[in-house]
Amino acid sequence: MRARPADSDTPFSLTHLHKSANRIYCLNRAARAEGLHPGMPHADAHAFCPDLISAPADIKGDTRFQQTLARWATRYCPWVGVEGPHGLVLDMTGATHLWPDEATMLGDMKQRLARAGIHALIGMADTRGASWALALHGGGIAQPGASEARIARLPVSALRLDEKTCVALERLGLRTIADLTALPRSTLTRRFGAEVLLRLDQALGTQPESISPLSEPPHYGVRLTLPEPIGLTGDVMAGTQRLLTRLCETLKEQEAGARVLQLTLRRVDQDSQQVELRLARPLRDAGRILPLFERGVGEVEAGFGIDMMRLEATQVEPLPVKQITHIAGRDKDKLDDLITRIGTRIGLENVQRFLPADSHIPERSFSVAAAAFSEPEGAWVALHPRPLQLFSPEPIAGRGNRPPKSFRWRNMSLSTGRATGPERIAPEWWMADENWRSGLRDYWRVETRQGRRLWLFHTPQTPGWFVQGEFA
Amino acid sequence: MRPDLADHFPPRAGRTHEVSGPSGLCFALALAHARGGTTLWAREAWAPEQLNPLGISPYLDPAKLLIAQGKDQLEVLAVSEEALRSGAVAVVVMELSKPLDLTAGRRLQLAAEAGTSTGLCLIQDGMGSNAAETRWHCAPRFNESGDSTHQFWDLKKNKSGTLSMWEVRWDAETRRIRMVSDPAQRQGVARAAR
Repeated sequence: MRARPADSDTPFSLTHLHKSANRIYCLNRAARAEGLHPGMPHADAHAFCPDLISAPADIKGDTRFQQTLARWATRYCPWVGVEGPHGLVLDMTGATHLWPDEATMLGDMKQRLARAGIHALIGMADTRGASWALALHGGGIAQPGASEARIARLPVSALRLDEKTCVALERLGLRTIADLTALPRSTLTRRFGAEVLLRLDQALGTQPESISPLSEPPHYGVRLTLPEPIGLTGDVMAGTQRLLTRLCETLKEQEAGARVLQLTLRRVDQDSQQVELRLARPLRDAGRILPLFERGVGEVEAGFGIDMMRLEATQVEPLPVKQITHIAGRDKDKLDDLITRIGTRIGLENVQRFLPADSHIPERSFSVAAAAFSEPEGAWVALHPRPLQLFSPEPIAGRGNRPPKSFRWRNMSLSTGRATGPERIAPEWWMADENWRSGLRDYWRVETRQGRRLWLFHTPQTPGWFVQGEFA
Repeated sequence: MRPDLADHFPPRAGRTHEVSGPSGLCFALALAHARGGTTLWAREAWAPEQLNPLGISPYLDPAKLLIAQGKDQLEVLAVSEEALRSGAVAVVVMELSKPLDLTAGRRLQLAAEAGTSTGLCLIQDGMGSNAAETRWHCAPRFNESGDSTHQFWDLKKNKSGTLSMWEVRWDAETRRIRMVSDPAQRQGVARAAR
């Protein structure tokens, strides 16, 4: 939305998929003037307003941006919470004395937001409800004690009620908040439930409403500044151990485990070097992680010495506290450490394991997954004997639909001793596979008199013979 | 009298061994199964032949198999040494495309000793290294009677024992390598009896 200013003349909207239709999520002023409203199906909106420009909404990005904005807002007060999907709520109690007056503060806030391309509606009052009402209807400041008077003439929709209730209230002629306060309370509850009165009381301050501030995201970084530069591997490892112990404590508090660790070593000449450690399993055991750093630290060029070390867990995964048992576990830990160590040399994605896949096509009857990110699973069922190794089909000379009596393969003259087959495998028509363009394949197990046992196939649709695998 | 295969297979743990020939793969899988535990299979990423887990499942549970793909032989050797030394895997199988020099062979041997795991190099014919504890040559044999797992295993080098050769077959039910009684030997016995 920020890319196209709210004041631009062309109607613009963001859409998202909601209740199985592409609906309008957000609009600019021009689009609103055309009579569009959020929540209406995009097709309808386009019919109303043919020159509507729209783009898909990035709701995750919005949430992230809201969090960033909340963090930014702590420059005004420490107590910042999130209000719905599009708002922030700040508890300014005790923070306004830092400014000449409240209007200056709001002006500053508005100006800074405008500079960032955000058109903000800001209201300030005694209570959260009243500020919300003010923000949505003109903005401004209600002096202490004057909230009720300020919001009295605002429409009932300023009370954070759902649309249905608002419409019902307006049908009864209750257009402003003053109309609501004038009514006997019991009749309101009977007709509309407790919600209306709760919101009204919250706006007027008779019901307390708290602001829950966002918690600071945990920070998984520690550093160590050294009075004298160090250069020996042993010293660096000792420093790393100290950092690790501290980092692992933080990780333990948060019940998290590090997946990727980054050790930054700054040298006296301001050059810094990084050692990255990608772990096969999330870990928070300093004793296990430290030896895994040895290889990376050994490769670092210390130059004139290292005077600052920083260790950060750049990727963290939840790792709940577990009961320690004396059975099993030890071997698996050793294996995980081994995968990590091998991974630092050849890359963690190059340590793989096989997982079964549901297909009759020999090349697709299994999948290969990185061992660090998968668990062994599934059963291996071979209905027919399969070769130990597969290679891409190698053509041999042959005619007819029976395996050739004798043939040459890889510079060897072979003669068929026994042939078992055919086993017909049809290509998977729902997958476009270049290798299976030749159509059906009739597979034969051929035991040659020379010993080699090969997996041959014949393609009856485009006649030809190929070798694709070898048995034991 | 032929020495018993059980005395020589599976070969000693804590050492690296070598196998060549077209049935080397079967030898490696039989060894991995006999040892139990996890097997690390180190190979070069460019090699066109690929292990087929469905094919090896009668020999070894593919869940117990880890594949490490190095970009060249140096990486394969480094990974294998690391794995052998750690002792976290029971068997390390490495597919080698070039002959090992003495240093590399000895390093593998020391690593295997430290971790008491078994190392096995799948080598090309005539590429053996002096450091290997044993060297085998395995080739499939055509069997008239319909046994399609018949093989001929030749123990060509043995640092601590005698050399010999066996006719073997894979027994799928018990998942074991079995000796096939040697027809020549049987004839010999028959002649002696006469």
